[in-house]
Amino acid sequence: MVTYPGSQDDRDALWALAALDAEAVPVWHDEHELPDLDAVVLPGGFSYGDYLRCGAIARFSPVTAAVCEFAAAGGLVLGICNGFQILCEAGLLPGALLRNESLRFVCRDVPVMVGRDDLPFTGRCSAGQRLVLPVKHGDGRYVPPADLDLAQVVLRYVDNPNGSVDGIAGICNAVGNVMGLMPHPEHAVDPLLGSDDGALLLASLVDAARDRVLAAI
Amino acid sequence: MRATVLVRPKPTILDPQGEAVGAALVHLGFEVQDARVGKVIDLEVEAADAAAAKAEVERMCEQLLANPLIESYEVEIVG
Repeated sequence: MVTYPGSQDDRDALWALAALDAEAVPVWHDEHELPDLDAVVLPGGFSYGDYLRCGAIARFSPVTAAVCEFAAAGGLVLGICNGFQILCEAGLLPGALLRNESLRFVCRDVPVMVGRDDLPFTGRCSAGQRLVLPVKHGDGRYVPPADLDLAQVVLRYVDNPNGSVDGIAGICNAVGNVMGLMPHPEHAVDPLLGSDDGALLLASLVDAARDRVLAAI
Repeated sequence: MRATVLVRPKPTILDPQGEAVGAALVHLGFEVQDARVGKVIDLEVEAADAAAAKAEVERMCEQLLANPLIESYEVEIVG
């Protein structure tokens, strides 16, 4: 779990991952090397005050270079909200996230549809499954590049809250080891908080990371 | 040498901020058909001449100041 200056949801994500029996550790943005990890999560928030463009400055943190190397070697990387914006700015995911079409900050639970269940991030889901996850962002309108392979769309909004092209809520890279999404699975891991559907995504990641460790033994 | 960078949302990109500004101007009684909102970045750079400064600032635009997927940029060397 990487913490940038201005990250906000890092502790919630650490808590959620720990609740799912993952050994989650915080990593400060200043680190040039990652510790021995099986997966990386970039949390939500407002890294570097969202200056210039959301995620544009976090791309230059030493840890982002280490995360790019980790991803290039096939490591599992999940970016949530601002983490998604950072992955796009860093070039690990295609596209960009712009101001919501309504110009309003949206903060509510929204239904999303799972596009594919063959990813390390969706193993516990099934394609076509509907998940309820909270969104809370002002800049979540996803604009894909013209050549985006639609197979890379992992999640779509049922009712588009921000004007994203094609209702896209989450995408992965071509290989499938890097994913970004605007909704917050880490805020939806307990029914007391309205939904525990987010646990399906995070637990999928934990499963996939664990399987890789066992496969390497 | 001073440079001014104008960053604009590309024509194909929806600009809700521009639409809101345009609607507000119409509300004030101005006849506005279209409004787009971008940003201005003023820079002070070291360069041998204006051409070199422009080339340098254009590299800055490509690498950071503009996101080529969604934004276009224009560089003016002020002198």
